[in-house]
Amino acid sequence: MGVEVVVEGLGKSFGTQAIWRDVTLTLPAGEVSVLLGPSGTGKSVFLKCLIGLLRPERGRVLINGVDLCTCAERDTYEIRKLFGVLFQDGALFGSMSVYDNIAFPLREHTRKSEKEVNRIVMSKVDMVGMLGAERKLPGEISGGMRKRAGLARALVLDPSIILCDEPDSGLDPVRTALLSQLLIDLNAQLDATILIVTHNITVARTVPDNLGMLFRRELVLFGPRELLLTSDVPVVAQLLNGRKNGPIGMSEERDTAEDPALPPEDPDNVRGIVPQLEPTPGLPRRDAVRRRKLRLMQSLHTLPTPARQAVLTTMTPTDLDDYDTWRRRTSAIPIATRKTTTPTTRVEEPAPRSRWWSKR
Amino acid sequence: MTAPARALTGVLREFGALFSMALDVVVGVFRRPVRVREVVQQFWFIASVSILPAALVSIPFGAVITLQLGSLTAQIGADSFNGAASVLAVIQQASPIVTTLVVAGAGGSAICADLGSRTIREEIDAMRVLGVSPVHRLVVPRVVAAMAVAALLNGMVSVVGVCGGYVFNVVVQDGTPGAFLSSFSALAQLPDLWVGELKALVFGFLAGLVAAYRGLNPRGGPKGVGDVVNQSVVITFLLLFFVNFVISVVYLRIVPAKGA
Repeated sequence: MGVEVVVEGLGKSFGTQAIWRDVTLTLPAGEVSVLLGPSGTGKSVFLKCLIGLLRPERGRVLINGVDLCTCAERDTYEIRKLFGVLFQDGALFGSMSVYDNIAFPLREHTRKSEKEVNRIVMSKVDMVGMLGAERKLPGEISGGMRKRAGLARALVLDPSIILCDEPDSGLDPVRTALLSQLLIDLNAQLDATILIVTHNITVARTVPDNLGMLFRRELVLFGPRELLLTSDVPVVAQLLNGRKNGPIGMSEERDTAEDPALPPEDPDNVRGIVPQLEPTPGLPRRDAVRRRKLRLMQSLHTLPTPARQAVLTTMTPTDLDDYDTWRRRTSAIPIATRKTTTPTTRVEEPAPRSRWWSKR
Repeated sequence: MTAPARALTGVLREFGALFSMALDVVVGVFRRPVRVREVVQQFWFIASVSILPAALVSIPFGAVITLQLGSLTAQIGADSFNGAASVLAVIQQASPIVTTLVVAGAGGSAICADLGSRTIREEIDAMRVLGVSPVHRLVVPRVVAAMAVAALLNGMVSVVGVCGGYVFNVVVQDGTPGAFLSSFSALAQLPDLWVGELKALVFGFLAGLVAAYRGLNPRGGPKGVGDVVNQSVVITFLLLFFVNFVISVVYLRIVPAKGA
């Protein structure tokens, strides 16, 4: 089962230039989320802050109750073992063969015998469809293969959280679709929390359970896919439709907050909800879907009407039964204290660290 | 903050980061697992690119010292001390410096370029994300290898340098072979050899450390890698002569010269 990632009030700047500020979101355990954003809005920086490669100036990233932004380096390395990260170009070690790359985390972190390493590595190689190419060097294979090899390496330690930095960049639409399918299949098999950072509309519309969008140094929206896909927020609608008219301009600096007058009948307007990708037949069903539906039913009243309707149309009788059971179970609790969201594990406020070198 | 103040804090910050990495490396040397394979590979690599240039540089270096001293000692009638002066200069000063110039120039620049290109290809980030510390996995073996190569190469450079001096003294300046050899221990003493080796070790550490530090922090793409390689060699040379000065002064204070 995946791990919940809680981001609170995160802010990062390079020198005087703020990349984004006050980003608050929760990646629900075991669900697939996509973070969208036009180019240059700091999506990759966000990902790096999430793994502790960059230290944000403000805010917290809580994983299993540990704040990744302030914890000691030793703890950071421990927590990172929960992560599998797919970098933009795969980030394979150029001096090692694909096989050794994939075996690297096993050889570093486990005391498994070479035979066992071989078994695990070959199963991952098979999973990403790279059988036969495992003895090649990263320089000898195509970009798409490097990406898949990078994914295989990210998977060998059975991570609870998988982060993907633009899995579609440099891939043709067919390969992108296959990779999306692979990610959904992985989620069904491992039940890991997945965050995909991209600006690919097709991926954003079909893959995730939750969608978020970064724009103009802020998180515009983050929520269930129905919320963003039916959203009227101009930036969200523009990006999800790939239109050229809207607040997003050619250069990041000239992006505006207001919506220029849109032609009402835009021929490109393809707003609406497309069905989500299903795992390949034969694989187990995604448990995250059931959990998410229950969660959504509990917070249904907080969603705007179009999103609410969209959510309701996806509910099957079984889901509604689930919700009924939950209500009966919790209705004994007085209304005033009843929570509308899934009870999450409370994280204790860490004691303020005294720093002798900085005045608070 | 004014511009000069900002530049000053920038420089101080760089040096602070270099020092903190030096401490990390020192701690990392004693931490398990020991990367024997990586150390051996790096040792072999640095040695293979350094041995020939070091030997080639040390012959003229030893020769020049002997030639200069030879004419000087001849004028004051101290020809018989030619060998003594040559040995002292080569072992104490020339040899560690020549060794490290070559280790930094040939081995260090390669280390820096290698780590730099890995950093911009996000390999280093990937390694951190996989829960492996790049300082422990990559930097420590390189620094240890650079130290070992410097210490061993120092011995070879000393021998080759003294031999070069001998040949030039005997053949070109008509010096007496016996006098050259027998005066070896007239001025030089055993601690001179130890301090030469100590210098080589320290310089090797600096060369490896600076190369790795600059390599892990390139600015902006492939061009940045070229820049840091350049900087790493320059910074190493500057540090080298400064540290050499400090060690020499301290040594001459602690160990009095022979006969003094």
